[in-house]
Amino acid sequence: MDHRPQAWGRPRDDVYGAYDPSYFHNSGPKTATQSPIVTGTSVIAIKFKDGVVIAADNLASYGSLARFTDVKRLRPFLNASVVGFGGDVSDMQYLDRHLKELAIDVAYITPEASEQTKDFTAANLFTYLQKVMYHRRNHFDPLWNQILVAGLDNDDAPFLASVDLRGTSFTSPSLATGFGAALAQPIMRKYAATEEDAAKLTREQAVDVVKECMKVLFYRDARSLDRYSIAVVTKEGVELKEDEQLERQSWAFAERIKGYGTQTV
Amino acid sequence: MAMFSQNPLMNGPNYSFSDSPRVAAPEGTRQHRFDPYTDNGGSTLAIAGADFTIMAGDTRLTSGYSINSRFHPKVFKIGGTTADQKDATLVLSVVGFAADGEALKERLDSICKMYRYRHGKPMSVKACAQRLSTILYQKRFFPYYAYAILGGLDEEGKGAVYSYDPVGSYEREQCRAGGAAASLIMPFLDNQVNFKNQHIPGSGEGHALQERERRPLTRQEVEILVKDAFDGAVERHIEVGDGLQMMVITAAGIEEIVLPLKKD
Repeated sequence: MDHRPQAWGRPRDDVYGAYDPSYFHNSGPKTATQSPIVTGTSVIAIKFKDGVVIAADNLASYGSLARFTDVKRLRPFLNASVVGFGGDVSDMQYLDRHLKELAIDVAYITPEASEQTKDFTAANLFTYLQKVMYHRRNHFDPLWNQILVAGLDNDDAPFLASVDLRGTSFTSPSLATGFGAALAQPIMRKYAATEEDAAKLTREQAVDVVKECMKVLFYRDARSLDRYSIAVVTKEGVELKEDEQLERQSWAFAERIKGYGTQTV
Repeated sequence: MAMFSQNPLMNGPNYSFSDSPRVAAPEGTRQHRFDPYTDNGGSTLAIAGADFTIMAGDTRLTSGYSINSRFHPKVFKIGGTTADQKDATLVLSVVGFAADGEALKERLDSICKMYRYRHGKPMSVKACAQRLSTILYQKRFFPYYAYAILGGLDEEGKGAVYSYDPVGSYEREQCRAGGAAASLIMPFLDNQVNFKNQHIPGSGEGHALQERERRPLTRQEVEILVKDAFDGAVERHIEVGDGLQMMVITAAGIEEIVLPLKKD
């Protein structure tokens, strides 16, 4: 009999074998995101004369299942930037909590709202997010997202940039994640191939282009939805609409498609 | 007390989960692992002249078959005292995995800045070159997947180019091409910069052939050579194109030139 109190109430090692501590979470692999589970599809954005338009649909898919149909994937930050998330939704929610905390910290340091946005522009926020993403990839525990950040830079010029789960970051007059990179980006590049082109676009034109792209994405991306969020970021702040419906849908163009299928002519 | 125990494990001081023998890993080790690297394409080039160095790189950023950005610079001024790098003396080009390249650039830049604040003078290319090698080798077992080239003027004012592999092996050279189209550009450089396989016509047969005399190229010649090299690479490599960024380092400072390349 073992009289030591530490041993009481425990299965005897000589009978049951030593306790397997791998069940105790202090050995074995880290519980890191090894693959995305619930995912959001494309985020698209384009710069215009005095700001950026960004959009993403409201669907979170579980594989091929359209699981959650009212998930907001555009998040405003300090009424000066919008962050659009593609990829894993739980990682998006983690980052969203993280950014909320950050916004509270900023509010404590600079209580005046107009001063906050001077210190924390979209460009600053993006640099921060890039570091977070790259740091997590360095620890083999990536946040499985591709992120677009829209807003203004430190000179009040339109700012748009992208960072992915490996910390790769880049900017462009228009950007799109996921399927949008193949379907929406060519359309947006027709209107804003260069920064100069983008600087000539009006707000109305930019919004129209983005809405048209959302329509194309809904036609051809099987993991998309006709309910979407769209935000316009300018010097005046963020105007975010989170429950928009795709308008003027029509498959009339399908008749004119030739070259494949069972067509005999 | 332990001598009465039937269990060899209990001979330790007490029961603790950390004391029990560790099982290597639970069942079903992950098949799919996160791959922390990608190749973002692009190409770089550096040529040292008698009193200048030209560093160049295209500005396309790709992943797979898609173009992420048509203007993403790969060539950076390093070690200026301010963020705009107005008074920088060194230039670094990085190509390969863009996120690692960026991180490497930022580390080297901050080290050069610290050196400058502490010593009141900019870091020499030779010192910076050795330091860059050390930075790369420190990550020998999780490398920065980037091919770096460092350019500047040496103590005698001559053009200096140092080229690296991702784990820090380095060498001073007259010229070097890096990245996706390195294998297309480097042979062209061997021929045009180091005059390899160039002979004096009619000087003999076979081994009797006399080599063409080597001479340093002028700045104008090098600028044309760089443009030609990239125009050639753009034609044959899909990951190269959009824009050509050149940094010309002379005793007077660093001049930046951006030229268009084919966007297809």
